[in-house]
Amino acid sequence: MFKVFFAEWRKLRRPTLFLGTFGAALAFTALITSVTFLLIDSEMGNGDRGTTIGRETLVLANGSVFGFQSVGGLLGIIALCVFAAQTAQEYTYGTLRNLLVRQPRRLVLMFGKFAAMKTFALLLILSSAIFSIGISVALSGGAEVSTAQWFTSDGWSEIGKALLNVYISVVLFALIGIILGLLLRSPISSISIGVIWILIVESIIGLVKPSTLDWLPGNQLSTIAMGGSPDLSYTHALTLGSIYVAVGLVISLTLFARRDVAN
Amino acid sequence: MSTLAIEVHGLTKKYKNLAALSKATFSVPQGSICGFVGPNGAGKTTTIRMLLGLISPSEGSAKVLGFSVTEPEKYLSHVGAMIEGPAFYPALSGAENLRVLATLGDFPQDRVDQLIDLVGLKGRGKDKYKTYSLGMKQRLGIAAALLPNPKLLILDEPTNGLDPEGIQEIRDLIKKLASEGTTVFVSSHLLSEIEIISEYLVMLRKGEVVFAGPIEELLLNQKPTIIVRTERPEDLEKIAEIARAAGHPAVIRHGEAHIEGPHEWAATLNRAAFDAGIVLSLLNPTLPNLEETFFEMTGGL
Repeated sequence: MFKVFFAEWRKLRRPTLFLGTFGAALAFTALITSVTFLLIDSEMGNGDRGTTIGRETLVLANGSVFGFQSVGGLLGIIALCVFAAQTAQEYTYGTLRNLLVRQPRRLVLMFGKFAAMKTFALLLILSSAIFSIGISVALSGGAEVSTAQWFTSDGWSEIGKALLNVYISVVLFALIGIILGLLLRSPISSISIGVIWILIVESIIGLVKPSTLDWLPGNQLSTIAMGGSPDLSYTHALTLGSIYVAVGLVISLTLFARRDVAN
Repeated sequence: MSTLAIEVHGLTKKYKNLAALSKATFSVPQGSICGFVGPNGAGKTTTIRMLLGLISPSEGSAKVLGFSVTEPEKYLSHVGAMIEGPAFYPALSGAENLRVLATLGDFPQDRVDQLIDLVGLKGRGKDKYKTYSLGMKQRLGIAAALLPNPKLLILDEPTNGLDPEGIQEIRDLIKKLASEGTTVFVSSHLLSEIEIISEYLVMLRKGEVVFAGPIEELLLNQKPTIIVRTERPEDLEKIAEIARAAGHPAVIRHGEAHIEGPHEWAATLNRAAFDAGIVLSLLNPTLPNLEETFFEMTGGL
């Protein structure tokens, strides 16, 4: 599996993919974190869907990671796109047959890819977290937000929790990307179906019938990144999100292990 | 240890009701060069994919280097393969593409540069794969197949896109590898190439093996032919009639009469033509080459 891991990293570290993905992630991180502080007094709100995150909230021990947690869902969607494309491209380029000749144990190949993906996701969220916290500290003075509690032991604990939650969320999103890539075997189909479902279909369903948000997969994974929400508990989101991904993995890996590789 | 690199018994692959390969049985001795030929859709690539564990047989069995194709992990580290043309990551360089496979297969990384040089890509290894010409892509595919220093090399159309010089280089490379003990199983549409380099041949038609064995045996078993050209083209039909009257089937193609008959009969034909006032400009007793045999056996032209 280590051989697969290192082989996979040779692909993931190519500049266009690595810098492109990290560039997009850091751009979203900068945007969302900056909005949180720069629009703190805006009547339009400074949080998700027009909500307001006030100074009384941002001064708390978890204030340093508010921006980071808010961008967690978007990091997840980036990871979904990257890994859906990476997985499906093996079929469209025909490179899967090369990989399987060199590593015929198909599940070993996939678990090696998972390990590389998890490392990639870890680097992605660490860089995003550092960038977001840095921007938060830089903008806190102008927004008159005290950072006194941010780097206390409670503050570091909140940073750790936020990192863990966003990491779990991003990994689950990436796994959904891999599942879609394995099932659909087309980068365009995998990405468009994944993104359209999470960003558009779930939003429409949630607007029409808000109670369904408790059960929709994308909402579970975004909620995990936020550490739970007033409408959806963290435990519920983590359990249900994990079940969705586990079922998808069992189906896609079973097919991958048994399906003929004919392209 | 088996002396056969490939053993196939009753191998069948069905897609719903369609048999892509039907009860194929053949073997390839170790250290030989075996040509694998057949028209498009005959089942060559399906067979190769089954030998590499990429698709599973519907029926029958096959062994590669003594191991069943149901356990490809036991033999693939000794097998190099290029299937249906080269397939690499366009955004990576040629060398980096090879390094991905070398890492995956746990092969020495310094072998990558050696192989880049060996296949004639020296100086282009750092260029992105997407900038390569078809011939260069083909060369990279052959380099990838050679990464494991294989005991068995399976090449599917290795000379596609190569210029005559490139074809000659690949032919020499295949011969060199075989002389060092590597078994080469090579499919190609260039039957003249196969005839030059191969000792063994497996021929498929519509999913069935129509010949498997030494190529010499196949050609010696073909009916000898006498090829005739006449000074005046209109005399060709008279020559064909003389042959038919003597009990030798004859056809006229491409301005020549092709007469089935023993080589000794050429003298009789020459005499008969002279008596009929026909001047022959060519009288060539010959055995059919692989291409002619292929067309006859696979129902082609």
